[in-house]
Amino acid sequence: MSHYSAFRLFREGLRGQKGWTPAWRMPAPKPEYDVIIIGGGGHGLATAYYLAKQHGIKRVAVLEKGWLGGGNTGRNTTAIRSNYFYPESAALYDFSVRLYEGLSRDLNYNVMFSQRGMMVTAHSEHDLEMATRQYNAMRINGIDAEMLTAAEVRARVPLLNFRADARHPIHGAVSQPRGGTGRHDAVAWGYARGADTRGVDIIQNCEVLGIQKEAGRATGVTTTRGDIRADRIGATVAGHSSVLAELAGFKLPIHSYALQAFVSEPIKPILDTVVLCPAFGTYVSQSDKGGIVFGGGLDRIPSYGQRGNMPVQEDVVGALVEMMPALAKVKLLRHWGGIVDVTPDSSPIIGPSGVEGLYLNCGWGTGGFKAIPAGGYMLAHLMATGQHHDLSRPFDLDRFTTGRLIDESAASGIAH
Amino acid sequence: MQIFPCPFCGPRDEREFHFAGEAGKTRPDTTGEVSPDDWATYLHMHRNEKGRTREVWVHTPCAEMFIMERNSVTMEVLGTECLRAKS
Amino acid sequence: MRRLDDKGAVIDRAKPLNFTFDGKPYQGFAGDTLASALMANGVRIVGRSFKYHRPRGFWGAWVDDPNAIMSVTLNGIELPNCLATTTYLENGMEARAVNAWPTAKHDIKGGLDLFHRFLGAGFYYKTFIWPDWHLFEPMIRKMAGLGAVTPDHLDEFHSDQIHDHCDTLIIGGGASGLTAARVAAEAGQNVVLVDDQAQPGGSSYQTGTIADTAAADWIAAQMAAIKTAGGRVLHQTTAYGVYDHGLIACVENGAFGTAPRLWRIRAGRAVLATGAIDRPLTFAGNDKPGVMSLFASAEYLVRYGVLASDNAVVLANHSMAKEAVATLTAAGMAITQIDPDTPGLKAGGWQVTNGISVSGRHHPSDVVLATSGLTPLVHLWRHAGGKLTWDDARQAFLPDGQLSNMQAIGAANGTFDLNHALDEAQAAGLGQSHPRQDTSHHLTPVWPKPGSKGRQWIDFQHDVTLKDIEVAARENYVSVEHLKRYTTLGMASDQGKTSNMAGLAAMATLKGATIPEIGTTTFRPPFVPIPLEVYHGAKTKQLYHPVKRLVLEARHRDADAALCEYGGWLRPGWYGNGAAADHIRDEAMTARTTAGILDGSPLGKIEVMGPDAEAFVNFVFYNTMTTLKPGHIRYGFLLTEGGIVYDDGVVSRIDNDRFLISCSSSHVDGVRSLLENWRQDGNNPDRIFIHDLTMQWATITVTGPKARDILNGLDLDADVSADALPHMRFIETHHQGHPLRIARVSFSGDLSFELSIPSRHAPNLWDKVTAVAGTMDAHPIGIEAMSILRAEKGYIMVGKDTDGETMPQDVGFGIPRRKKTNAFVGDRSLHTDKANVPSRKVLVGLSVPHGEPPLVTGAHVVTDGANQRSLGYVTSSYHSPFLSRAIALGMIEGAVERVGDEVTVWHDGSNRRARIVSPCFLDPNGERLHA
Repeated sequence: MSHYSAFRLFREGLRGQKGWTPAWRMPAPKPEYDVIIIGGGGHGLATAYYLAKQHGIKRVAVLEKGWLGGGNTGRNTTAIRSNYFYPESAALYDFSVRLYEGLSRDLNYNVMFSQRGMMVTAHSEHDLEMATRQYNAMRINGIDAEMLTAAEVRARVPLLNFRADARHPIHGAVSQPRGGTGRHDAVAWGYARGADTRGVDIIQNCEVLGIQKEAGRATGVTTTRGDIRADRIGATVAGHSSVLAELAGFKLPIHSYALQAFVSEPIKPILDTVVLCPAFGTYVSQSDKGGIVFGGGLDRIPSYGQRGNMPVQEDVVGALVEMMPALAKVKLLRHWGGIVDVTPDSSPIIGPSGVEGLYLNCGWGTGGFKAIPAGGYMLAHLMATGQHHDLSRPFDLDRFTTGRLIDESAASGIAH
Repeated sequence: MQIFPCPFCGPRDEREFHFAGEAGKTRPDTTGEVSPDDWATYLHMHRNEKGRTREVWVHTPCAEMFIMERNSVTMEVLGTECLRAKS
Repeated sequence: MRRLDDKGAVIDRAKPLNFTFDGKPYQGFAGDTLASALMANGVRIVGRSFKYHRPRGFWGAWVDDPNAIMSVTLNGIELPNCLATTTYLENGMEARAVNAWPTAKHDIKGGLDLFHRFLGAGFYYKTFIWPDWHLFEPMIRKMAGLGAVTPDHLDEFHSDQIHDHCDTLIIGGGASGLTAARVAAEAGQNVVLVDDQAQPGGSSYQTGTIADTAAADWIAAQMAAIKTAGGRVLHQTTAYGVYDHGLIACVENGAFGTAPRLWRIRAGRAVLATGAIDRPLTFAGNDKPGVMSLFASAEYLVRYGVLASDNAVVLANHSMAKEAVATLTAAGMAITQIDPDTPGLKAGGWQVTNGISVSGRHHPSDVVLATSGLTPLVHLWRHAGGKLTWDDARQAFLPDGQLSNMQAIGAANGTFDLNHALDEAQAAGLGQSHPRQDTSHHLTPVWPKPGSKGRQWIDFQHDVTLKDIEVAARENYVSVEHLKRYTTLGMASDQGKTSNMAGLAAMATLKGATIPEIGTTTFRPPFVPIPLEVYHGAKTKQLYHPVKRLVLEARHRDADAALCEYGGWLRPGWYGNGAAADHIRDEAMTARTTAGILDGSPLGKIEVMGPDAEAFVNFVFYNTMTTLKPGHIRYGFLLTEGGIVYDDGVVSRIDNDRFLISCSSSHVDGVRSLLENWRQDGNNPDRIFIHDLTMQWATITVTGPKARDILNGLDLDADVSADALPHMRFIETHHQGHPLRIARVSFSGDLSFELSIPSRHAPNLWDKVTAVAGTMDAHPIGIEAMSILRAEKGYIMVGKDTDGETMPQDVGFGIPRRKKTNAFVGDRSLHTDKANVPSRKVLVGLSVPHGEPPLVTGAHVVTDGANQRSLGYVTSSYHSPFLSRAIALGMIEGAVERVGDEVTVWHDGSNRRARIVSPCFLDPNGERLHA
């Protein structure tokens, strides 16, 4: 593998970029591995990476039905944050943010984690009270947070609607300075390269068609490229978790919806932070390339069609223009949709599936990208040791039976 | 924009409808013993099919609930019927 | 470059227009695009590429141009990122290249190109890692972006939004589309034709004659026939996306500076006649200004009368080029044709091309006209779910198979022969299918040659070169999506219209695969970039999430009410123009000393009727309702099936089979849905009826020690004495002949009456109540004062003092959970592990020493000592003017056991001490309430 550095880039520049080597191999599947990870998105690749790196388990295959990073990893709006209310959520997501903070160096791959802050606005006095509750919770949880007045919000984001006739005037905001955005593809590619280097087989165009079981225990998978055995199987198939569960013979507390994302033509830098306006249900940032990247709530119709639905597009784009009126004249370049698996409390499921040997990392809803490092780390820990990591324990499937839901929207009003 | 046929009002804009859950769930008799697992299954577990689905929907203007079969990938509507006929 | 007198079908030479580009004045004609006018003026460098700031000239003549992106100002309105080839010229326009300073010709960042060898595909993934990305990012960010947008908004930039439907929608007004539209209209169909140019005809002006008629006349005749037959034509209208269930979204552009109009068109069937676009050739220096599309140069000539040059080298690998070459030659262009497959082909010149060098020989020319075939515009076909097939003869992806509601014809269908296209169009007009004919044209594939020398551009705007594709292949970014994302191929503002095919072909060669094996990326809407305003439309200002209005709003305004939004309603927060806090304090005092009059109209009034009403209400409420007697009222909770408090409110039993549910004002719609849900799913809907009267009845609340005196002053035919109408009872009577319901319920903790009356009679009653009240020093009060009053009494507001975890036992209502024998919504969820833990957050009061300011709402109660942990939070906190002290409510873990304890309250880094107390700060024995 080529080590990446400014020096190497310079040298390759001089010799016509001819010395670069593949970022990952294209191996054929072997008949057996110690661990199979189904799903070559961020979470699956990160799981494989940490299995190899933290636990020394290298006979690992990541099976991806299409191209790696082609699901929600390559379709999201790239926000990274840990501005959570409940200690369980804050601990998990902040673990992720901390891994992100060192990820480019860890992977020797620039994932462009840009900590330009993540701001959640308040649009009434009641909102401000809730924002205060949220802000204090974050501080107590050890998360960096700032409470901003309306004037401070205006100074940072002059684009926001401060007109007298604004439908949802800005009363203030809570910001997490360490929040920001990352380059989504780079996260998948960086983990893939790192895992591959450590011996993991990343097998693309390999769709899992069935879960093989013996005496109730998962023992392998049937795929479009043959049968593959392993006594530990991890499923990281955001958008298809229920489909996989059906293959294995159980049901999950999940509904699948399309979540849409939008990007405008590039414009000169005009927005230097990530902004979420709950009253509009819309969040927005500007990419390094200059595109205004934004999104909103889920589509209203359960769906596995990876595309947008027009009424929700109208809601989200219309909301953005009302939120930032100057953007009315900016042009929409592209919009797309991904399928997200939404749990009743909008928190993820990490843990045993109920079928012995089959482990789950799913249900991240709209917020899986920011959790990739933590999700991979936790699943790797679980599969390597057979035990939950302390941080993942609260997110076990059993919470739906015990009633111990972790519903952020319940307390904070902040959508996932 | 999808068009759903309300069994009472005919074809209408999707924005007039709300998804109300998968069809065929029966509430356990809570005057008797209901195990935690059975309750969790009733409350939270879904088929969430990819492809042909059978779901309960509400048409907001007329407030009627009905059953709709549709394809969750192509969005094709395969048919609707009154919930009442099935209850 | 010059304008020919005898060409230019769409310009009006009688109307000269003045404009500037990069500060220099020029002149064009009405009908020109910015691009054609600039070309007529000999302007060759019109922009800079995104990454290397290389000079860019026009490649295309319409939507396929990736280069000529400008900020345009007219009449004080500046629009960023206007594509010059699709922007119609208007007098006074000031255009500037977006990615260049000071001008496109002399761009100070042009020197960046010198470093290109170090800045290849994905270079940023491989560096800026140490010490930290944040060190480098600001610089890179500053370099990026195209046009600039100022934070000010345009006042008059609003899109209309129109719904329409028709039998047949024809997309594209070229020869095929016009024919199909005419035939369909003449066959009696309701037809809409959308065409994205101001003058329809597509590329047919290049044809010379159609059906033995001069092209311009033929086009005019088709248009006339379509209109005569009742067809409608939308000009400057682009169909940009096909959405679920066949909805086709179009934008109609108007004059510069106006927002486009959105058309949502539902068509019985759509005919896709979007044509095809020219494909660039990949050779060294192919990005230089002057290298342009052969067909585009013909289009500039026939539509705008602009001859790109007097001399040209033509590089073409197919027989379709013949007609264009002939047209250009006839107009006076001296053309040298060179086989584009010749190895070592190179466009010479420093900033702009000066001809083609090949095999040591230079062919001087001012322009190089290139084409490697036509790419059908199948975007909408793919949006609609249509499949594509690779066609070897045409070297193109063509629509494959059938769609039930869309048919592709003409060049969009790969039918490049005009006679075949017209046959297809004729059939499509009649709704008949027509098998695709073999093409009469021959094409020799000429695709990028990996490994060949020189810098060869694949994506002109994004500076993706053949070498970048090679690097991607070398590093295994070989899936078409990886290729796109790694190199940014096809992600420019033309979304790969010019670049994708060459990129795919290069990757196919590198991988030893065929082009169809490599496949295409997904065709995402919109087909062309559209202003965000298009989706905004009327949903602006107060029409965005419209608030609900009170029938008494005019009365409140007359009384100087501060109208604020509460739960979706516009309601008086307080009355008076002075300091809000003073008014709120005075109102809270008034209500405790005399009486306050509150407009409680938004309170839910949902009637449940029918033989099963009692059982139903008992099922949907947490509290037992079977024992409620007619004329009586009971407080209760509605739960979710998860056991969470969804709403609270009172239930009045009007008679045996009739109940009135009075839910919170912000929850009316939700409660109604919840009731309907349970009514229809699990109950017999023929025996229960639900009727929401919230908007039909207004409610005026009179609360305070003088409340009964005020009622007695209204000349009501009713006894409201404590004996006749005790707390939690209601009576039905009349006011001036109109039905009036008087409910004795209290949210303030004082003697209170809610007077409900049909909305249209409410102003009268309000006037009377306030007049009588005025004689007793009682006055209207707003929501803010009421919030204080109810907190003094320890009454909760759902959603403020409760949250998504709150169960009824947490707010002091534990009995039904243990005792109620009938099933009720959420019952089983009240007995999960979590529901039983002693550490549940419960409602308590928080008291601070007299004289201290109120706690901050949103402050947390925390554990003392190391590892500080939140135990809960302050949900309501006020200074009580009546009690002359600070009061607060909070949800605190296990706090019922800890009443009397002191706790630490944490806000923003500082601690205060508070004592856990009962939430009821006022009248704990209920003497005022039962007065």
